Amino acid sequence: MVAQQVNEVASPQPGGTRPGRARKGPKNKEQTGIAYLFLSPWIAGAVLLTIGPMVASLYLSFTNYNLFTAPEWVGLDNYIRLFTQDDRFMSSVGVTFQYVFLSAPLKLAAALGVALLLNRPRKGQGFYRSAFYAPSLLGASVGIALVWRSLFTDDGAVDSLLRSVGIDTGGWINQPDYAMYVIVILAVWQFGAPMVIFLAGLKQIPQDLYDAAAVDGASTWKTFTSVTLPMLSPVIFFNLVMEIIQSFQSFTGAFVVSNGQGGPADSTLFYTLYLYQRGFQDFQMGYASAMAWLLLLTIALFTGLVFKTSGRWVFYAGEDK
Amino acid sequence: MSTATLTAPEDQAATPPPKRNKKPGRLRTVLWHAVILAFIAVLLYPIAWLLGAAFKPANEVITSLALLPENPTWQNFVDAVAGIGGTSFGTFLYNSLFIAGGSVVGNVVSCVLAAYAFARLRFKLSKLMFGFMLMTLMLPHHVVLIPQYIIFQNMGMVDTFWPLILPKFLATEAFFVFLMIQFMRGLPRELDEAATIDGCGPLRLFYYIILPLARPALITTAIFTFIWTWNDFFSQLIYLSSPSNYTLPLALRLFIDQTSVSAYGPMFAMSVLTLVPIGLFFFAFQRYLVQGLATSGLKG
Repeated sequence: MVAQQVNEVASPQPGGTRPGRARKGPKNKEQTGIAYLFLSPWIAGAVLLTIGPMVASLYLSFTNYNLFTAPEWVGLDNYIRLFTQDDRFMSSVGVTFQYVFLSAPLKLAAALGVALLLNRPRKGQGFYRSAFYAPSLLGASVGIALVWRSLFTDDGAVDSLLRSVGIDTGGWINQPDYAMYVIVILAVWQFGAPMVIFLAGLKQIPQDLYDAAAVDGASTWKTFTSVTLPMLSPVIFFNLVMEIIQSFQSFTGAFVVSNGQGGPADSTLFYTLYLYQRGFQDFQMGYASAMAWLLLLTIALFTGLVFKTSGRWVFYAGEDK
Repeated sequence: MSTATLTAPEDQAATPPPKRNKKPGRLRTVLWHAVILAFIAVLLYPIAWLLGAAFKPANEVITSLALLPENPTWQNFVDAVAGIGGTSFGTFLYNSLFIAGGSVVGNVVSCVLAAYAFARLRFKLSKLMFGFMLMTLMLPHHVVLIPQYIIFQNMGMVDTFWPLILPKFLATEAFFVFLMIQFMRGLPRELDEAATIDGCGPLRLFYYIILPLARPALITTAIFTFIWTWNDFFSQLIYLSSPSNYTLPLALRLFIDQTSVSAYGPMFAMSVLTLVPIGLFFFAFQRYLVQGLATSGLKG
């Protein structure tokens, strides 16, 4: 069902061609043969690196497994331990939710805002678009995460700037109350990718809708809320889903800023960082697998929720409602 | 470029939209540019700061907000290139380039084959497989991570480049398959029909018509694959353990672990060096990057 809907997001125009729709006829056999030939790497990958490992990881999540001795079946123990005895797990869940709820909306708002600013064709538009997009490409790297660490450290540049205007925070990354925001800012800073998608979406809105709004004497705000936003809603929907999926899995920023620890006081212990610690530092592969499955369920739940409510706020062109 | 007239999706994106109502006033235009430029200055400040910091001597690095170093020095770069823990910078660079290069080849080849089958060919399990492909687009990597690690470990491939490159040859990055399908759907069906009437089979159709026309999508895939692999930290952290196999991101991290405040300069010099290829790619191919991304969100 989810797949079907994504397909609709992808092809908003009615009558968009579906995959594999071709003439029936004598060529069919040849086509089938070549299709499977061309798909063979993908099929091998899907079976060996996706379906197989999914089954295996589900199984491992019910075992204790340290890579060196055979997995030992423990039933639901891992899951029960996660929720009843593991405070670090619970705090990593809290930290991750806080991160997702802060960074995803802020990032999308920044992306939409800048896209609206850049939408009118003006001189230098290409340059501006690229300048706003640059952080998205660089920001995922360790190099930039290090910059963030240094800018927000005690006595770092941001700290000395704030002190010069009389605010003494004593550095951000070493304080539990502030550390998270360093990573949120790093994430929001990379709003370029959704911005580009918003810009493309804005270009697809037919001009006559704006003309009609102008004839009706609609204000700028009214035009925005009753023309731009509804027409853009499939793109907002797409960006929202992608952002939720990605931010739940965020890792590099938290790892580098906290030097792999998730500190101070576990305030930046992201879910994936804790999973990494359990799996690849303590070799509790079964436990980490259980965490991976909970992550999948959480992401599925949230994407599902967005899909569920989408009927109310996402409008597709050519659809009567 | 001779194919330019035929690549319909790209052309559409390149032409400006119809002029929006009246022309804005002069003052408003100036204001608009001022706002945008101020915004960009704030946004690009951290990158500029990094560039400056790479040339600052140790005592200036951390506390200074200033972009330009008071006493610029090349020493940081000399130290960075000298290497870490007995492994030279050249080794890290080679490792990163090798993995990124292998990934580019693997992704482009395996994804374009799969995309052609999904976008243009008719076969029995097409719907089922396409649905599955879309599902993997949303699947968090962590679910398959541990079994994949165990598989590669049993094959003796941990701490080699295989686990990082091999999956790319098996089209595991659904995003690129999807991107290419989206692009190929934009190519007119009439081409297929005309070619078929001329006696072209699906193989020749792919090789002589779709493949050349899909070149923008292939370039986009190649660039994104390069940049993402180059920046990738998580997989490299998990699979590579000996410093002689380290890539640049891992080397940078090693640097943090081993050094005190005094070595911040070389660390930033190295950060700059790791960002140079991305910067170059960005300046050379930004058109493809921006359009490729837009395609993934919209076209059908």
